[in-house]
Amino acid sequence: MISAFPNAMPIEGFIGGLLIGLAAAIMLLGLGRIAGVSGLAARATGIADTGAPRNVAIAFVLGLPLGAFLIARVIGAVEVSFPALIWPLILGGLLVGYGTRLGSGCTSGHGVCGLSRLSPRSMVATAMFMASGFLTVGLLRAGGWL
Amino acid sequence: MTRTLIALVSGLFFGAGLAYSGMSDPARVQAFLDLFGNWDPTLAFVMGGAIVPMAFAWMIKSRLSSPLAAPTFDLPGTAKLDRPLAIGAILFGMGWGIAGLCPGPALADLAIAPLAVLPFVAAMFAGMAAHRFIPVSTK
Repeated sequence: MISAFPNAMPIEGFIGGLLIGLAAAIMLLGLGRIAGVSGLAARATGIADTGAPRNVAIAFVLGLPLGAFLIARVIGAVEVSFPALIWPLILGGLLVGYGTRLGSGCTSGHGVCGLSRLSPRSMVATAMFMASGFLTVGLLRAGGWL
Repeated sequence: MTRTLIALVSGLFFGAGLAYSGMSDPARVQAFLDLFGNWDPTLAFVMGGAIVPMAFAWMIKSRLSSPLAAPTFDLPGTAKLDRPLAIGAILFGMGWGIAGLCPGPALADLAIAPLAVLPFVAAMFAGMAAHRFIPVSTK
């Protein structure tokens, strides 16, 4: 716990991050691919017709809730808190879906895999979606939405 | 079969890491982006943790001629900086901020809060399909 930020979970965050990095390393060294969730999700559903083999994409995407389910069983419960209204979820979902396809990646592909590879493309994308996220939430707060 | 299993294990570790790190909680992710509110730096620790194994993985990769269970590496290019990359990242960041969710946590939450996350997941796939089937020029 960091006293200035009482809600922060630096230890759990770092350990969880190691698991995420391990997952991405398994995908890279085992199958020679980027563990990019948006791309694999689009491929698993058939929205994208190029990319990873279909069975690889489907197995990875099914693994995400399965892994979360196992952690919830092990630690008792995973705390989540969702927006009270449905419109932020709908609008947010549309923007995330469209934006990650147009920008060829999300937090996992550009953020975790791309940054660790020192990819200029991913560094630019990550800087831009981070800046956009900070600005969006800042505007929501300024507008009294949060 | 082996490849499907490896992909499943990768997804499993990924989902476990998201849930354990607190990143499956939209409020926590949004709090990271909320610099003028109750800022929560947890996401930065998650990113830092995730980059450690991957930095080693890229070093190991450079010594391999092919991955362990597939014929060749199939990796995206790293150099091209273009308009779709920038516009896509900006739109993604807006949605990420509005909902507090990105694709990985959203899919992991199907096991934790399925009804709550369903509108986001449905809209996300609709957005992906819109990109695929409605041509928009970004020139």
